[in-house]
Amino acid sequence: MAEVKIFERPKSMTDVSTHYCPGCTHGIVHRLVAEVIDELGIQEKTVGVAPVGCAVLLYNYINTDMYEAAHGRAPAVATGCKRVRPDLTVFTYQGDGDLASIGAAEIVHAANRGENITVIFINNAIYGMTGGQMAPTTLLKQRTTTCPFGRDPKANGYPIRVAEMLATLEAPGYIARVTVARPKYVIKTKEAIKKAFQTQIDGKGFSLVEVLSTCPTNWGMRPTEALKWLEENMIPYYPLGEFKLPN
Amino acid sequence: MSNRVLMKGNEAFAEAAVQAGCKYFFGYPITPQNEIPEYMSKRLPEVGGVYLQAESEVAGINMIFGAAGTGFRTLISSSSPGISLMSEGISYIAAAELPCVIINVMRGGPGLGGILPAQSDYFQATKGGGHGDYRLLTLAPGTLQEATEFIMMAFDLAEYYRNPVMILADGFMGQMMEAIEFKKVKLNYDIPDPKEWAIGYMAERGKRALIKSLSLDPEMLEKHNQKLQEKYRRMEEKEVRYESVGVEDADVVIAAYGTTARIAKSSIKKLRDQGMKVGLIRPQSLYPFPYKPFNDLPDGVKHVLVVEMSCGQMIEDVKLGVQGKVPVSFYGRCGGMAPSVEEIEEAAKKLLG
Repeated sequence: MAEVKIFERPKSMTDVSTHYCPGCTHGIVHRLVAEVIDELGIQEKTVGVAPVGCAVLLYNYINTDMYEAAHGRAPAVATGCKRVRPDLTVFTYQGDGDLASIGAAEIVHAANRGENITVIFINNAIYGMTGGQMAPTTLLKQRTTTCPFGRDPKANGYPIRVAEMLATLEAPGYIARVTVARPKYVIKTKEAIKKAFQTQIDGKGFSLVEVLSTCPTNWGMRPTEALKWLEENMIPYYPLGEFKLPN
Repeated sequence: MSNRVLMKGNEAFAEAAVQAGCKYFFGYPITPQNEIPEYMSKRLPEVGGVYLQAESEVAGINMIFGAAGTGFRTLISSSSPGISLMSEGISYIAAAELPCVIINVMRGGPGLGGILPAQSDYFQATKGGGHGDYRLLTLAPGTLQEATEFIMMAFDLAEYYRNPVMILADGFMGQMMEAIEFKKVKLNYDIPDPKEWAIGYMAERGKRALIKSLSLDPEMLEKHNQKLQEKYRRMEEKEVRYESVGVEDADVVIAAYGTTARIAKSSIKKLRDQGMKVGLIRPQSLYPFPYKPFNDLPDGVKHVLVVEMSCGQMIEDVKLGVQGKVPVSFYGRCGGMAPSVEEIEEAAKKLLG
């Protein structure tokens, strides 16, 4: 009987090992993005924009044209590219420090312009690369290296719900929150990423998928404990769902 | 029949860019350069281009990073505080070797300063501005006519060297009106085809493009820096530009650029009419700086007078050029004040004794 290949590396992923910590969920999301690019048949017409943070080396893993942007500025870089080459599919991939803190202005205005780009937003409630500092999405009472007694709203305010905040704007085409905490959620996440890319291809404006993710290393947990912590603590505060659908 | 048109500086800068084939502009309002984005917002749609008002100078320069990565001609303009905000992005653009043109219509600083003309961003333009070992090719036009020609040339230079080029103008040049003839300026340089390196040609090239400045391996980063430095050495050999007037028989040589040089020319004419021998060296490229004419001053020159609309910035490069052979003095006005013809005349007379 002829050999049938039932699983392989997506074409839009390079053949290298990632630098991510054991149990980190970035690898899953990278793969989903690459699978979607393959399935849409747009590898040679897709451009990614890497952030500053753990995913800064995204360009080593996603096998398409790539930019590496300054901290928080990926939506501006994507805007510049897309305005000159509307024929290309342009996406950014950003963490919570990059997108919701230093890049808050860029993401709000790209969304408000209905910029026809796709944003993959990894929310793991912490700064990963720099060693576990407080993020704008860090949960109340969650301990980090810069809120060692737990996040106190009197000092640091409340965790920002980015998907809901951007969904108040008129222009965005598609906004959803998903997670990769369990295989059933992973399937939903891939569907959301595909919808987001399709929104852009159809010219329906800004699309964003917020992916609730883990950071076992900086949360100080085993990978399985981290997934459980995400489900029990993050999902209640950051509800999953679609907040905006294309017309 | 003459093809000259009467235009405001800022609008002429914008039109020159359009005529050089620039179709993409990302800007943010700041005085005294607002007529550039305003002009572009109505002009670029006529040529099938894009004008986009960014949410900030920070976003604007990063839009340029994205747009320049496609290999198409891009322009951004601002004034002093806005250029400070862009400086991080300019460092990234230089590091990633992207071509673009940046116009700084300088106003008085530091801080929010004022909105009137100044030349106090010389250090920022020529010695860094942003972080790291990078250089901006910096051109300082003296008239609006020259500005339009430099802007057209700047796009060729940016593409040839794959480096950002800054046009350092001042508020006078942005706001004044003058008769201009738009000439086609084209450098006879062998400019590489953007398809060899830019975003968006993966299929044609058979290889993806990677536009980045991160380099975590120190040996690789050192090599990248050495490559950039070689490029800067080539610029220093090939792109030095200056105007020299009446230096041969001069007792005093005035060093000034931009609008200040224009005022100094009137002072020099008055001084010459009174029999005093005063010449002018007007740097047109600030980086690379024309050190040689200052190093090769004729034996008769007894004194150099640097005149700037700043508290003394270019004077440091003039001194490097003169190398202590003759005294170098300074006359400057700042904060939006300009030296008058008479003030420069007086300053030169003091040196003539």
